[in-house]
Amino acid sequence: MPTWAWAVLLLVLVWAGWTRLTWLSGREGAADLVIYSGRSEALIADLIAEFEAEQEWTIHVRYGQTAELAATILEEGANSPADVFFAQDAGALGALARAGRLQVLPTELRTAVPAPFRSAQDQWVGISGRARVLVYHPDRVAPHELPTHWDDLRDPAWRGRLGWAPTNGSFQAFVTAMRVTRGMDATRDWLIGLRDLRTRSYARNTPIVWAVVAGEIDAGLVNHYYLHALARQRAEPLPIRNHYLDEVLVNVAGVGILDTSARSEAARAFIAFLLSDRAQRFFTEETFEYPLTGRVDPHPDLPPLSALQTPDLDLDDLDDLEPTLNLLQECNIL
Amino acid sequence: MCVTHRYACSWWAAVQRGGRLTFFPGRIPAGSPAVRVLAATAWGVAILCLLPLVYLFVRTLQIGPGIARILGRARIWQVGGNSVALTLAVTASAVCVGTSLAWLTTRTDLRGRRFWSAVTSLPLVLPSYVGAFALIAALGPNGMLQAVLAPLGVERLPSIYGFPGAWLALTLFTYPYVQLSVRAGLRGLDPGQEEAARSLGLSSTQVMWRVVLPHLRPSIAAGALLVALYTLSDFGAVALLQFNAFTREIYVQYTAALDRSAAAVLGVMLVGLTLLILRGEYHLRGRGVHYRSGPGTARRQPVVALGRWQGLACGWCALVTLLALGVPLLVIGYWLVQPASVANPWAGVWGQTMNSVSAAGVAAVTAVIAAFPVMVYSVRRPGRSSRWAERCGYLGHALPGVVVALALVFLGARHVPRLYQTGPLLILAYVILFLPLALGPLRAALLNLSPRLEEAAAALGATPLRILRTITLPSVRPGVWLGLALVFLTVMKELPATLILGPTGFHTLATRIWGATEEALFTHAAPSALILVVVSAWSLWIILQQEESVR
Repeated sequence: MPTWAWAVLLLVLVWAGWTRLTWLSGREGAADLVIYSGRSEALIADLIAEFEAEQEWTIHVRYGQTAELAATILEEGANSPADVFFAQDAGALGALARAGRLQVLPTELRTAVPAPFRSAQDQWVGISGRARVLVYHPDRVAPHELPTHWDDLRDPAWRGRLGWAPTNGSFQAFVTAMRVTRGMDATRDWLIGLRDLRTRSYARNTPIVWAVVAGEIDAGLVNHYYLHALARQRAEPLPIRNHYLDEVLVNVAGVGILDTSARSEAARAFIAFLLSDRAQRFFTEETFEYPLTGRVDPHPDLPPLSALQTPDLDLDDLDDLEPTLNLLQECNIL
Repeated sequence: MCVTHRYACSWWAAVQRGGRLTFFPGRIPAGSPAVRVLAATAWGVAILCLLPLVYLFVRTLQIGPGIARILGRARIWQVGGNSVALTLAVTASAVCVGTSLAWLTTRTDLRGRRFWSAVTSLPLVLPSYVGAFALIAALGPNGMLQAVLAPLGVERLPSIYGFPGAWLALTLFTYPYVQLSVRAGLRGLDPGQEEAARSLGLSSTQVMWRVVLPHLRPSIAAGALLVALYTLSDFGAVALLQFNAFTREIYVQYTAALDRSAAAVLGVMLVGLTLLILRGEYHLRGRGVHYRSGPGTARRQPVVALGRWQGLACGWCALVTLLALGVPLLVIGYWLVQPASVANPWAGVWGQTMNSVSAAGVAAVTAVIAAFPVMVYSVRRPGRSSRWAERCGYLGHALPGVVVALALVFLGARHVPRLYQTGPLLILAYVILFLPLALGPLRAALLNLSPRLEEAAAALGATPLRILRTITLPSVRPGVWLGLALVFLTVMKELPATLILGPTGFHTLATRIWGATEEALFTHAAPSALILVVVSAWSLWIILQQEESVR
């Protein structure tokens, strides 16, 4: 191919690339609502499309990791294009609320969900619940071995058999909850106890579930829905089970409206949609999470929310991660 | 032959005398307008690359006395030590693997040479988070290998987690940087020099150690530098393989504590570490001349007969390919044939592919154009100013993507809101992150071009632009192609900057894979992963063909 032909090809490629990129960036005035979603597209794109069709609005969604999006919103400052932040855990919402970046929600939205699952300052509201459980392999964990309390895991019989994910937000929220409800010293003892039992560290929840399936470990500390999500993808049934302890932390995925949002009407409509029976049922069926409004039943494979003993805790406190991180680092876990 | 021989004798005498060759800088007359324009453009690019550093300093200064507390943690230094150890180990092993494969596939009669040449560079197209995941599935406790060995009575494999796993994974997914760079270097070698050395009585092993390898030093150093910076900034592989590296610490600060200042302090430390590495590379790369200065044209290079080593060489290629490419493809294939949990896992793949290709294509062309002035300045006008301009270009590559992305969020949203979350800013992020991938190959290519040619043209009255068009550009084409390839492939799999800075609704194959694996929807991720590998492999193949046809 002669040089000029390459030059033409190159120019066409660059031109095509730029038009594609700039075409997609035409967000000025085009969107009626901009959502920053820490929940993945694979999960909620269909739901958002439904809302979009219902309202005939143009909605832009930026998908990312909850914490990175929260950091992005903080760095954007007053020029943030986001209207709504849909977070995977209450801690990130709490952090934005503490930085003064969330609006107070109207009464009908915040009362749609019972008290433990929304912000005490009414700045965010939970959409779906996620319980902390112990996932285990019944062939390698005898029924009498199953713990009733988290402290039971400190038994030497568990040496080298457990897995956790210290860098994961859900785990850190769990430790924060323990710290708030039981105090710093008890939490430190618990962490050191499990660390000394050679509890294995994983990057996230999913690898823990895989490790239990593979027999790498016998049990792991995870959120309840990973097991169900994985089971649905496999032809043969998964050989593992969830065990709910006596006290179960139920964290939430929730939403808040940013202080810089000029389109709060659309934002409120979106939150109202997420709290509708249709959306609550969607989370129940698609993600196996707990619906929170009380008008929809959880998935039949799950114990009812009312049967779970949740710790006496203000979920807003889960944003107080600094002491948790210091504690995890002090214990040489993180 | 006679002239070449005479030249080689004097060249060889110089090597014997000083052990090092004198450096002849190209003589673009100092103070000429061309040099000033060149310097200004190079520094323009360098300053763009310093943008993340500005942000890091702003955030670092905000914490004030808190810095002492952060730096005082023994852990930070321990984790820093972990990262340094991993970087050294991975670089050393990647150099060995990459150089050996490059030599086998370019200079020997290895059976299936063209095939091996293509497949051994392919691991480059795999995102390290996908690769590490696959490696765990294959070599982890109760993984595929364990299942195969179980009937033989092997009950437990050595653990893949921690240092050994991170070392293996990063070596397997970064050695192509060295391989491609050395490959280009080997092709540029003048066989006359080896012949001269042979005619002066050196054995072939001696020729290898005293002629070929010294001449490959810039290529090896360029590849090793990319490997080192990649290892330093990688998060995906070290996190999955449970190795406590510096990036994990930064990541924890950002994501868990939302503490941007503490993360910034760590980022600045990482930049300091990078400067040390760049210093090391500067000494390693050497300062000899690498272009032919004798008359005549480069000829086909001699092919080394492997003889009884043939089997071993093939086995080596097969082993590396199996681990670095076969295992990940096997895992992707496994998920492709599982029943899908969603209606159609292939939906939207076409749009994502177009987005990935166009973003990566624009980024690759932009990065190579930006790298050109920096490298010409550095190679043709060596000195303190040009050396620092080049070093600035390398800094972004050592920072984790999330740091560069948040820096551009900070600067973009606050100071140029019109550009924020648009294509141009995303491309800028890519260029800052991946400019070194274009710098390295260009450097090697420029070193192979004798400045005498450019000088002769200038003496005959050609303008600098004409020289650039008719002499410099055509001669460095292999380097340009390689640079394009490396940037293109790396942008294809880039994640954090794409997620944070991409135009809203801009989905690429990488973001789709990430989104699906995040929810453990592997059947959903598999089609995108397959397309990513196929498209990347195809582009790599085209580009290597181009590179081949140039010579």
